[in-house]
Amino acid sequence: MAAIKVHGHVISTATQRVLATLYERELEFEFVAVNMGAGEHKKEPFISLNPFGQLPALEQGDLKLFESRAITQYIAHWYGDKGTKLVATGPKMATVSVWMEVEAHQFDPVASKLNWELTFKPMFGLTTDAAVVEENEAKLVKVLDIYEARLSRSKYLGGDDFTLADLHHLPNTACLLRTQCKKLFDERPHVSAWVADIMARPAWSKVIAMQTKQ
Amino acid sequence: MALKLYGTSVSASTSRAMTCLYEKGVEFEFVSVNLFAGEHKQPPFLAKNPFGQIPVLEDGDLTLFESRAITAYVAEKFKETGYDLMRHNNVEEAALVKVWVEVEGQRYNPAIAPIVYQFFVAPLQGKSPVQTIIDENSEKLAKVLDIYEAKLSTSKYLAGDFYSLADLHHLPYTFYLMETPVASVINERPHVKAWWEDISSRPAFQKVAAGMTFGGK
Repeated sequence: MAAIKVHGHVISTATQRVLATLYERELEFEFVAVNMGAGEHKKEPFISLNPFGQLPALEQGDLKLFESRAITQYIAHWYGDKGTKLVATGPKMATVSVWMEVEAHQFDPVASKLNWELTFKPMFGLTTDAAVVEENEAKLVKVLDIYEARLSRSKYLGGDDFTLADLHHLPNTACLLRTQCKKLFDERPHVSAWVADIMARPAWSKVIAMQTKQ
Repeated sequence: MALKLYGTSVSASTSRAMTCLYEKGVEFEFVSVNLFAGEHKQPPFLAKNPFGQIPVLEDGDLTLFESRAITAYVAEKFKETGYDLMRHNNVEEAALVKVWVEVEGQRYNPAIAPIVYQFFVAPLQGKSPVQTIIDENSEKLAKVLDIYEAKLSTSKYLAGDFYSLADLHHLPYTFYLMETPVASVINERPHVKAWWEDISSRPAFQKVAAGMTFGGK
């Protein structure tokens, strides 16, 4: 099969989602760093890979994919058979799908807004909006309360095994843990244990190592 | 035992799940949830979906929520019957379907849902539509649709020259949008307009649209 190329940036949470998946599946790939500062992602040739001008994109032969969660599913479902399975079959996959959607529609919008205000705005010299932080912390609390209940009955979100449903949370969670939001995770014992578990995975450590190399 | 779908006929998310069931020709029992009585926020329903939202699908012991997880399950379980929504026999096409399913979920939906909410749901709660929310999101939606216009000038549907789950997921919210002045974002883009007319005329969606009477039509 043709080689995999990932176009992205090591600080992009969506890129990290894809990198974690490739490392979990022990797949070889070429990483092509996209110069966001120079607006490379908004111009050709990147735009031909992703017309929405966002990172990451995956190229494999003629196949061009974008949207990190579509890429992770492609890698997990159809590509290679080494490493961590990350998906399931039949009714078990249905439950994994549910919690993948929960990450995408309940967790991510809130976590992304908080990370933008608390992590990225300061990085770019912009002012944090306290009202947005307060509003989204309240939303995050509601989501994490549901996670706490779920994780008291299930080792991982999708079931007994680590899957994409858990993995998709890694990049934004890692960011949030470096902000005032850390306490919201720490205060919930099952959530806290789950976070510690998924962040200790070797594949995730490899993603972190890519950041420190920059 | 037949599948049970919990929701309401006017709910866009419920309609998404129902359209998929009809496309696959799958028998199901529809169980109406009394949103006005707050049924979805009370313990019996919360045991099915802790987020207190419709729809919910029950298949024997399996309980699912999140409309796009429900459609993915139905499309996969019944992949050998009805319309081929996920292109399961072709890895590349299946991957492209996933891409445009994510585009709907991550780009299209966040822009269109607030517009539909302001026009249809806010009035039910005694509130006037907030024009700034409509305007901001109409602008976002227009930018997304510019990209759709370019894509749909190179392929008949979003993932390729085949109708797929990616197109289906757009149906319910777009249906409501077309009943508002913001319909112009669709009508002004010829390929998007042609795509919309095609996908919304499919019998499976026509069945569902008959119950989507939010606008009081």
